[in-house]
Amino acid sequence: MKADPLGVLTGAHYLDGDFAAGEGAMAAGCRFVAGYPITPSTEVVERMSRRFPMMGGTFIQMEDEMASMAAVIGAAFTGTKSMTVTSGPGFSLMMENLGLAVMMETPCVLVNVQRGGPSTGLPTMTGQSDMMQARWGSHGDYEIIAMSPKSPQESFDLMIDAFNLSEIYRVPVLFMMDECVGHMTEKVIIPEPDEIDIVPRKLTDKKPGEFWPYEVNNGELVPEFARAGDGYRFHTTGLTHDYRGYPDMTVEGQWKLVTRLMDKINKNVDDIIRFEEEETDGADVVVLSYGITSRVARLAIEKAREKGVKVGVIRLIVVWPFPEKQIREMAKKIKGFVVPEINMGQVVLEVERCAAGNCTTTSVPHPGGGVHDPETIVEAIVGAAK
Amino acid sequence: MSAQAEAPTIDMDNVQPEDHPIAPFIRMDRMPHIWCPTCGIGTVVKCYAAAMEKLDLDPKTIAIVSGIGCTGRVAGYMNYDAFHTTHGRAIAFATGLKMARTELNVTLFSGDGDLSGIGGNHFIHAARRNMDLLVVLVNNFTYAMTGGQNAPTTPLKAISSTMPFGNFDQPFNLPHLAASCGASYVARWTSLHIRRMTKTFEEAMQRKGFRFIEVIAPCSTLYARRNKLGTGLNLMQFYHDNSEIRHGEDTRNVDIGFQEKIICGKFVDEPEKTTYHENMHTHYEQVLGDKYVPMPPEGGWRDE
Ligand SMILES: Cc1ncc(C[n+]2csc(CCOP(=O)(O)OP(=O)(O)O)c2C)c(N)n1
Ligand code: SF4
Ligand SMILES: [Mg+2]
Repeated sequence: MKADPLGVLTGAHYLDGDFAAGEGAMAAGCRFVAGYPITPSTEVVERMSRRFPMMGGTFIQMEDEMASMAAVIGAAFTGTKSMTVTSGPGFSLMMENLGLAVMMETPCVLVNVQRGGPSTGLPTMTGQSDMMQARWGSHGDYEIIAMSPKSPQESFDLMIDAFNLSEIYRVPVLFMMDECVGHMTEKVIIPEPDEIDIVPRKLTDKKPGEFWPYEVNNGELVPEFARAGDGYRFHTTGLTHDYRGYPDMTVEGQWKLVTRLMDKINKNVDDIIRFEEEETDGADVVVLSYGITSRVARLAIEKAREKGVKVGVIRLIVVWPFPEKQIREMAKKIKGFVVPEINMGQVVLEVERCAAGNCTTTSVPHPGGGVHDPETIVEAIVGAAK
Repeated sequence: MSAQAEAPTIDMDNVQPEDHPIAPFIRMDRMPHIWCPTCGIGTVVKCYAAAMEKLDLDPKTIAIVSGIGCTGRVAGYMNYDAFHTTHGRAIAFATGLKMARTELNVTLFSGDGDLSGIGGNHFIHAARRNMDLLVVLVNNFTYAMTGGQNAPTTPLKAISSTMPFGNFDQPFNLPHLAASCGASYVARWTSLHIRRMTKTFEEAMQRKGFRFIEVIAPCSTLYARRNKLGTGLNLMQFYHDNSEIRHGEDTRNVDIGFQEKIICGKFVDEPEKTTYHENMHTHYEQVLGDKYVPMPPEGGWRDE
């Protein structure tokens, strides 16, 4: 299925990452947004609230972020592609209903334009310190998809991917931007609507009365969807439930549901992961990064190469699920990973786990508020090459 | 009274649960429900179902949303598209559902703690917006599902598990809260007022905007037992003797003291008051003219 022309602003533009993410969402078919203002993310909804009335979209400014996330799930159950947008403090408030979105298997997108934390932290300054919260933030066991764009152009392109993945796996997708990408302005090319592939909601063909909202057959992992208002009279709940959506308070029921919710992602990792790889063959050191840090690391990598170090690059585009298999294999061939992030060492823990002692793992932390001095990354690369 | 004389007799030996007139509105495959004997919540469900039987609306157009609690379980028993959400967030969830498919008629059932405690912020904002939702709040004066703790509705002096020496925390007057925030319809009944409550549901289903119905209902197992208020029959007797119907009463006068008079009736009814959606459409039509493309009533853009 191709994009709705009403939502696609075809052409070459000069946009910041927040606007580009908003344009991406509208091109992806998003027609409901609920949000609460917070820097540095608000521009996304400002853009959308201005364009939505002309394309059959509805924006509502809710009373807080708990409400925003809850409203998005409600809207998504009408079949409307839905999204919310926030930054750290609001992300924390959304965790409760993020869990509900996971449990009800709700396709939706949650944008977090990250700033420095904890708490109110650095409202207008950059950070990447919510990456583990994205992975583990809501209580209970679950798997999720989180992606991190490096530029305004990628904020546009990847947003379409985010909506599509949320449809395929019926899972909320976390769009983990950072303030730098959100506020940097670059050229963004928006293609023609018929060049944009959209994954529609997987609606059931069954008739009302034959349909159960969480029924899966033949080893399938993702149930078919019925829209509220189409006459299916389905029930869904945040409680552990069976295929009918009815509460099932048994250990077996819990095993079955939690396993399937996790398998949906874990068994499809190869289709979900997205990363860029450069000169990793024969490399001694591989720099792994994401978002704005991947661009800061560029300079450091070039400098280290000038010093004669064989440096490879991995840029994560999808951070969760993590490309575990690839990192495991790579760890056997290199001397060390260097992981700069604008946090005190989060994704590096996953790299270290996957490296499993086969090579060194060096964290290059930064508490937020700015990007790395490339020299700190050069130092880490040179150190790892020894 | 010929109508009575002609009423069909019921063959009690052969009557099946499915024969009950409200069975089509209930998920009979989930019976028996979890509520305690003499709990008031079931009565509220029965009255709503009776109203639906009367109204004969297309079931497709109805959605039910609940939060968490004993009352929150209502969504699980109603035979409609029905959502059992998170504690306090039912109104926010329902707002999204309604905004994205405006043709739905959305009813909420939840408890006093859910809607006025943890969900109080959503409650006042939805009332302020006159969001098109019918909100049924079952007020049993306590957080029942978690064991009868103090709620923002517990009357002064009443005993709860977290106010073992009696409550000193000033409770809400919920009809007044709703009315002062902008609700277009506000009523209160007790679970003894079966006929009136049913009529109110019928009427409210045909109104628009934020419609708030508070039903005072016994939590026999926790609130009533702890406060030594007697059995189910005693509780009904209390409602019978102490509720007073005052339609149109100024909501400032309807707060509830411990075992004191319960003022019931329809306090607010403003059928002409415009809703959030109406205000949005009118406004955009005025300022954007032909450029305005409203969301279709069946939901946002889809492949069809
Ligand atoms: C975020 C959160 N906090 C606390 C709870 C625990 N909890 C479940 S039900 C409930 C009280 C519900 O009270 P009320 O809304 O009055 O419903 P009732 O059981 O009295 O019908 C509480 C506190 C929860 N489920 N979620
Ligand atoms: S605990 Fe109270 S409110 Fe809950 S079902 Fe029992 S009587 Fe009803
Ligand atoms: Mg209660």
